[in-house]
Amino acid sequence: MSSTHHVTTESKPVRLLLIAVAAFILSLFLLLPLIAVFAEALRRGWELFLASLKEEEAWSAVKLTLMAAGLSVPLNTLFGLSAAWLVTKFRFRGRAFLLSLIDLPFAVSPVIAGMVWVLLFGAHGWFGPWLAEHDIRIIFALPGIVIATVFVTFPFVARELIPLMESQGADQEEAAVTLGAGGWRIFRSVTLPSIKWGLMYGVLLCNARAMGEFGAVSVVSGHIRGETNTLPLHIEVLYNEYQFSAAFACATILALLALVTLGIKSLVEHLSGHTSNSRH
Amino acid sequence: MSITIRSIHKTFGSYRALEDVSLDVPDGSLTALLGPSGSGKTTLLRIVAGLEFADDGPGKVLFHGEDVSGIPAGKRGVGFVFQHYALFKHMTVGENIAFGLTTLPRSKRPKKAEIGDRVRELLKLVKLEGLDKRRPHELSGGQRQRVALARALAIKPKVLLLDEPFGALDAQVRKDLRRWLRVFHDEIGLTTLFVTHDQEEALELADQVVVMRNARIEQVGTPQEIYDQPRSPFVYEFLGNVNKVALNENSNQYIRPHEIEVCFAAEHDPANGKLAKIHHLFSAGPVATLTVRLEDGQFLDVELSRKQLDDLALDVGDEISLKLGSAAP
Amino acid sequence: MKRVLPGFGLTMGFTVAYLGLIVLIPLVALFIKAAGIGWKEWLEILTSPRVLAAAKLTFGASFFAAALSSVSGLLVAWVLVRYEFPGRRFLDSMVDLPFALPTAVAGITLTAIYAPNGWIGEHLAKYGIQAAYNPLGVFIALTFIGFPFVVRTLQPVMEDLGKEVEEAAATLGAGRWTVFWRVILPMLVPALITGFTLAFARAIGEYGSVVFISGNLPMKTEILPLLIVSQLEQFKYGAAAVIAAGMLIVSFALLFLINLLQRRLDWQHR
Repeated sequence: MSSTHHVTTESKPVRLLLIAVAAFILSLFLLLPLIAVFAEALRRGWELFLASLKEEEAWSAVKLTLMAAGLSVPLNTLFGLSAAWLVTKFRFRGRAFLLSLIDLPFAVSPVIAGMVWVLLFGAHGWFGPWLAEHDIRIIFALPGIVIATVFVTFPFVARELIPLMESQGADQEEAAVTLGAGGWRIFRSVTLPSIKWGLMYGVLLCNARAMGEFGAVSVVSGHIRGETNTLPLHIEVLYNEYQFSAAFACATILALLALVTLGIKSLVEHLSGHTSNSRH
Repeated sequence: MSITIRSIHKTFGSYRALEDVSLDVPDGSLTALLGPSGSGKTTLLRIVAGLEFADDGPGKVLFHGEDVSGIPAGKRGVGFVFQHYALFKHMTVGENIAFGLTTLPRSKRPKKAEIGDRVRELLKLVKLEGLDKRRPHELSGGQRQRVALARALAIKPKVLLLDEPFGALDAQVRKDLRRWLRVFHDEIGLTTLFVTHDQEEALELADQVVVMRNARIEQVGTPQEIYDQPRSPFVYEFLGNVNKVALNENSNQYIRPHEIEVCFAAEHDPANGKLAKIHHLFSAGPVATLTVRLEDGQFLDVELSRKQLDDLALDVGDEISLKLGSAAP
Repeated sequence: MKRVLPGFGLTMGFTVAYLGLIVLIPLVALFIKAAGIGWKEWLEILTSPRVLAAAKLTFGASFFAAALSSVSGLLVAWVLVRYEFPGRRFLDSMVDLPFALPTAVAGITLTAIYAPNGWIGEHLAKYGIQAAYNPLGVFIALTFIGFPFVVRTLQPVMEDLGKEVEEAAATLGAGRWTVFWRVILPMLVPALITGFTLAFARAIGEYGSVVFISGNLPMKTEILPLLIVSQLEQFKYGAAAVIAAGMLIVSFALLFLINLLQRRLDWQHR
């Protein structure tokens, strides 16, 4: 930047001041908590840290978390692709309404997202007696955890894809149609390659939320140690038992997951930004 | 293969895009759909391609006498070139051109080597030899346009449809490509229909020009007919380069600048001439343009050859007499 | 109606079925459950002092948190979009941390920082301010959660602003401050409102990051989602459904209202 400033920017002192304030806000708000997770986890030393991670209950919580995410993320990815294709490639009556329905779960508290399933499938819920008769457990078991997670995380992939596919228009797909391509071929070799980065980020974000979901899962899980505790719930239990270091040790796993997600996001933006720049 | 369009209607919600449009595109012709934006020309082209569907009713599209209205775009055998080319950005030039062939069902799909040969042949045809490994973003606008053309031709289409083929190009590239396309068309002889809003492009390039306005066809004819015998004031004005002379309150005369005869004021004949004063004179190049002011205050453009201008030795402020010829509508 | 691209029936069927099963049916079930309770009980539940106190805290803290997020988010977005400086990309990627960090982790961490013996808490304690286990703690957690919504909504709009209008204003003699107030800010208002609303709506329902730092004292630091959980734990499904239905109605109404406002503003700026 030159010493005489352009009319569309601020003078240098103002610029420096604003940068400093922004950096301060971000450090205090965001960086400090991130550092605190690791600092608290290691407060009592590495040995205790590693010991807490090796604990059997921690492992079963990790397994359950992976299972819940492993089931709900593919489902929501499928939904995201389907919904995005529907609302960006076609115009139809009720489209705007459908769009706002997709956003709806954002406005629903996670606690409510969990509780609706208790009302339906819980012991005192509508289907509770029938389920009990047939010895099917949904609430306080894996299926409940999965459906609650699906509810909370379902807009993520769709939300990432819809603006992207909308901005790309349907020209390339139409060109493929005139060349005789069928639906699957169009999707696989024309649409998918041009949305792959957005899709990847949507899936990652969905996954991060699925693994970290707390409120909804907390309502449906029943907090059975070693059985229906996901990792965030296990952290809560440890914390409430004043095993702070152990709680934070488990929290570092999730914090690392968040960091990896952010890192890949930056990378994806860098890569896709790079190709999109060279396009022009 | 000829294209026949019969009684096509198209509405988008309450907006009428096409009203009772019928048209014949002769086999092997190069036909231009010319009109301002919103006249319905692109919609008509997309209906011919099967990318849009006419409203229910008697309307139909026939290729060589065969009704194709119910045939989906992918099976109609149309080569469509999009305004912004719609190249597949993540594929190479070669992959783009081969797309229509590699997408055929296995039983009809040519062998890999044959596809390769066909791609090379097409690249040669559009003068892009050796660029098959490039990606669309590495090409210039004119090159992209020709890749789009090669891709459309790869499926051996029955007809070629182009939407504003030169719309996104620079003036010079436009001119070159226009000439190239004319020669190219004459070589392959494929029935071609293209959309443009540029009258010069339509007149210079096409065998047949279809002027469209407000969802209807205004006039169809050879460029000569359209230019010399415009059927309506709209066509007159849209083709440009025309003077509108108000004769009285509700009638106008249209006359092109080069059709006006100029003589000295001294030779003025009130029976078939009008007196005027030269207001501005532009004489760079072989043709000189005078802006003159009639006695009633109307301005007209007059074109004459440089030689004529020198012979008459005219200058700004001179009084002259104009012969406007017989009154056209 | 005929369609050019394939897949309309398939995607429509799947999308609607999935939406219906996962979202609509459960939410309708919730409202039916809540409606099954007499209106008298509705009124009783919703006007009980404990619910009112929780509602006041939830909506109040959410509102102020979204407001603070908006102001600080505006500044941060501006700096990230307009200035080039070392560490910009790093700070930019940090903005998404609250999206990616599980709420329970955020909750225990913020508590550790703002507790009276925590990194920031001990400094606040010197001035007699207690953040954790106080409404202030709720406010801090909700600001943390809402902040990225504002920044991420503003950034693309700022990038698209185009310098021409600013240059035009400058050539007309406007100073930088005037340009910001009279030209830039008005163009950002719709995005700012959207960001605020998203942050606000998210804060109202937030649970994980708040339960640890709030201390959960009924009438003092209890938020609505927590109140619902405690009703559920006592198997008072009816009361929980009524509170939840009330919350949802308020959230949906808010989003709807602000959508309307947004459309009018958008329209004005065309």
